[in-house]
Amino acid sequence: MQPALRVSGLTKSFVVHAHGDLALPVLFDVALAVSPGECLALVGPSGAGKSTLLRALYGNYRADAGSIRVRQDDRWTELVGAEPRTVLDVRHRTMGFVSQFLRAIPRVAAVDLVAEPLLRRGVEAEDARRRAEFLLGMLGIPPRLWALPPATFSGGEQQRVNIARSLIVDYPILLLDEPTASLDVANRDGVVELIRQRRDAGATIVGIFHDPGVRDAVATRVHEVLPPATSPLASPLASQAGASPCVPKPS
Amino acid sequence: MSGELGSSDGALLSARNVTKRFAGRVACRDVSFDLWPGEVLGIVGESGSGKTTLLNCLAGRITPDAGSVAYATASTGTVDVHRLSEARRRLLARTEWGFVNQDAREGLRMGVSAGANIGERLMAVGARHYGDIRGTAADWLARVEIDGDRLDDRPATFSGGMRQRLQIARNLVSGPRLVFMDEPTGGLDVSVQARILDLLRGLVERLHLSAVLVTHDLGVARLLTHRLMVMQGGAVVEEGLTDQVLDDPQHAYTQMLVASILPV
Repeated sequence: MQPALRVSGLTKSFVVHAHGDLALPVLFDVALAVSPGECLALVGPSGAGKSTLLRALYGNYRADAGSIRVRQDDRWTELVGAEPRTVLDVRHRTMGFVSQFLRAIPRVAAVDLVAEPLLRRGVEAEDARRRAEFLLGMLGIPPRLWALPPATFSGGEQQRVNIARSLIVDYPILLLDEPTASLDVANRDGVVELIRQRRDAGATIVGIFHDPGVRDAVATRVHEVLPPATSPLASPLASQAGASPCVPKPS
Repeated sequence: MSGELGSSDGALLSARNVTKRFAGRVACRDVSFDLWPGEVLGIVGESGSGKTTLLNCLAGRITPDAGSVAYATASTGTVDVHRLSEARRRLLARTEWGFVNQDAREGLRMGVSAGANIGERLMAVGARHYGDIRGTAADWLARVEIDGDRLDDRPATFSGGMRQRLQIARNLVSGPRLVFMDEPTGGLDVSVQARILDLLRGLVERLHLSAVLVTHDLGVARLLTHRLMVMQGGAVVEEGLTDQVLDDPQHAYTQMLVASILPV
């Protein structure tokens, strides 16, 4: 099947200006392609750049070079160097992201936070609320918490609110950053089931799953992310970090 | 094509090389951008970075020394904001635009009732029926969470947070297409701030407002804006998607701003 997400030559370093323009290369020449129905697990040691890669795919981190193309409206949309409104449109219609941490908003109830993406898509308030409640229930958030702002929830509860908010929309492409990191076994299994359902329904998924059991249950393939020092061209940069900002910039 | 006015097709507001000096000192320099319908653009930077001067240039409140600001009106095509007659510019400001000042006293008429403050904007767009105006004013007081029995009270008797909410109601009641906001939560207690942010966030979303928001508070910017321009010394040093600029800042100044936020 034709891929829905294609990455090539993706390169990313961080330049820390407060420390003498210290350059920290993280991604070098990353290539991957993921098709509908596939779940690609990013694996590699801590610090290898898995999260950086995932965030670059979402346009949250800016790539220095390379290409990230997303299938939308039967054509490819390039995200590297794209206008903000192009990235926002892809995020609105095509690509969802589940981060590890919930960004709670003062005064906004959990159920409203979860329903919000549907309201943005023109779903009636009552319908959006029902679907939000259904998803919260499925993820084991007790009804007494639904009307409360999640700022005071436990880490695991916040993470499940976050998952509900991201999965309430049927995104064709899903990026998952440790979606089960702070969950107990019962809740973890619920999330695994939801991810499998999406995958089997034809979603294109890229994720980081620290727990090998979760990874085996959802992933169809793995992609190894290597620390920059082991990439042949990046190693001299790493050892000279700080000497010069020497990562290729987009022209 | 409206290119001769220095605008991009489909953009609601287009700034081109906007420059303003005060007594020879540059307040803002060579600022260009397009604002698209439904987009909220944040302008961030420290005091003196030129962000309020830029906002006032965009809204036609002060005339830039160089550059142009083009606005796509609802019915009469694209206009150069600074070449309009004063009367037409004022009409635009009363009908198609809103302007939320940091100090609500500057955006409200302190000597008339809350209801009259809201009603005045409605009359500017042609409302004449007293009962309807009063009804809409009461409805908007409720939307900004002010008790209906305060309708006939003057804003002088309101708290700072209530005044700011009244100013927001006064600006949004007439259904503007574009709203300028200058530090809308500046100078307010944090609990009051949270309420106003929540209110603005909901209204911007429901009314599909386009807005230009000036703030020095990066938390406010993250909550309310889609896109950011970072200003330093009158110039835009970095721009992009809000979450990208805040999570992966590129410019030394932006990195310093982001790194200066105290975690709680």
